[in-house]
Amino acid sequence: MANIISDETIEYVGILAKLELSEEEKEQAKKDMGEMLDYIDQLNALDTSSVEPMSHVFSVHNVFREDVVTNEDDRENILKNAPEEQEGSFVVPKTVE
Amino acid sequence: MDLLELTAVALGQKIQKKETSAVEATQAVLNQIDKVEGTVHSYVTVDQEGAIKKAKQVQEKIEAGQLTGPLAGVPVAIKDNMCTEGMRTTCSSKILENFVPTYTAEAVLNLEKAGAVIIGKTNMDEFAMGSTTETSAYGITTNPWNKEHVPGGSSGGSCAAVAANECFYALGSDTGGSIRQPSSFCGVTGIKPTYGTVSRYGLIAYGSSLDQIGPVAKDVTDCATILNTIASYDKKDSTSYQRESYDFTKALVDDVKGMKIGIPKGYFGEGLDSEVSNAVMAAAKELEKKGAILEEFDLGLVEYAIPAYYVIADAEASSNLSRFDGVKYGYRAEDYKGLHHMYKKTRSEGFGPEVKRRIMLGSFVLSSGYYDAYYLKALRTKALIKQEFDKAFAKYDMILGPAAPTTAPKVGASLADPIKMYLGDIYTISVNLAGLPGISVPCGMDSKGLPIGLQLIGDCFQENKILQAAYAFEQTRAYKSPFDK
Repeated sequence: MANIISDETIEYVGILAKLELSEEEKEQAKKDMGEMLDYIDQLNALDTSSVEPMSHVFSVHNVFREDVVTNEDDRENILKNAPEEQEGSFVVPKTVE
Repeated sequence: MDLLELTAVALGQKIQKKETSAVEATQAVLNQIDKVEGTVHSYVTVDQEGAIKKAKQVQEKIEAGQLTGPLAGVPVAIKDNMCTEGMRTTCSSKILENFVPTYTAEAVLNLEKAGAVIIGKTNMDEFAMGSTTETSAYGITTNPWNKEHVPGGSSGGSCAAVAANECFYALGSDTGGSIRQPSSFCGVTGIKPTYGTVSRYGLIAYGSSLDQIGPVAKDVTDCATILNTIASYDKKDSTSYQRESYDFTKALVDDVKGMKIGIPKGYFGEGLDSEVSNAVMAAAKELEKKGAILEEFDLGLVEYAIPAYYVIADAEASSNLSRFDGVKYGYRAEDYKGLHHMYKKTRSEGFGPEVKRRIMLGSFVLSSGYYDAYYLKALRTKALIKQEFDKAFAKYDMILGPAAPTTAPKVGASLADPIKMYLGDIYTISVNLAGLPGISVPCGMDSKGLPIGLQLIGDCFQENKILQAAYAFEQTRAYKSPFDK
């Protein structure tokens, strides 16, 4: 079964992925995603009804620690990487009027 | 003998014996970079000044008897997805073009404690997504054996740098074959350890459940020695695994008598280049001559590994890469209307096509309505693949096969058809899904003069078995460098 990716799907995925695609990129993405999903659909030949999903190959557990700060204040260096900073904070575009 | 031709361990010994120094070795590597980097382009960043300064400091400590380890004073290159404090770390992406980490990845820190001299950061596929090192935002790396061919990927820069003597060893990372495949293409030795063996703290994540850092080097002895140094239990990585032993060099024994090696029939079918097949089987015969027991068997579900992998890896990538939003670090777009538009424009301008393709697919398979059908289905498939390996390792000490179906393709031949490119990961990818260790060792050359890699896959925590077999095989042939021609 060939997967046809609609314009709506690409719009929706673009919102989830926080990507703004050009018209050309959207067309390419529709084609790429359709082909990839066709390829992935071969997994359907496999009966997995009695198998639990496996996230990790070993039984890993949450690693807890005391809620104590162990690193030093590195604010100045961290902010050096910010595209925009002011008074020790990251600057973002205005989000509320 | 030219200093540059030494293995990392041989150089380390010479430095300890005062026959050379960390500074001399570093200068030799920097000269070599001057000479060949214009063609090979292994590096995104070369820290000439920092390396010389560090080499001097390390040399003083060696002379004072404070650094006595095998890697003290040996110059190393680090894949550009591992954070290095004060040294730009780009993941070969425009979105991190000016990112300077404030801390160092644990694996790199372990090397520094052992006296490593970091030369610079190596080129890679953007965010480690690719098999050719052609998706880098900073230009392609070429194969040191033939500049018309790719070095493989995504750790193509690390593998090319080792092959071209632009460092004595390197660190790479392997999510679906990104150490083993370029090692095969560049004629060097690379090992992906068992998941959880090397801390991922400071490794910029692609597919967190699959990513693992490992050594790229000139021989098996170097790989084992580097692994001894970088592997550690780390509280800062919640998937770090406390192992019983971190002694990998004890596996360096030339003996495979009685070792049972399984050869999956399905690995030698359609799509495998005949020259690769012949070289890998000839290597298997060498091991048999030394007393290993070879047996062909059916490894199930081989064809399902790639589709399952791309669902899982892309899903994790779409989540991991959501941190690149133009707020905390890296690139920020200009001229935007509000916060969300700033995010979208920044990411659209900052990421390359392959990264966007994977983020889109990953977002899709995690979206409501498709999560069960794709993401959970892939995780269930992963469980079945793990079971197949469990069955195999109940019978065999290791699995033998090629690292890649072909030798290095030509530059520009791969990116146009993503699915075809993904199919090249057939021998490496299931190893990551099952968390297993795998090593690629050079085992021959094709008629074009390009290297072929033999892959040995071990059960979880059985690095020493594959290291021992790789070491034994290595004794049957000499290391070849592109400069031997």
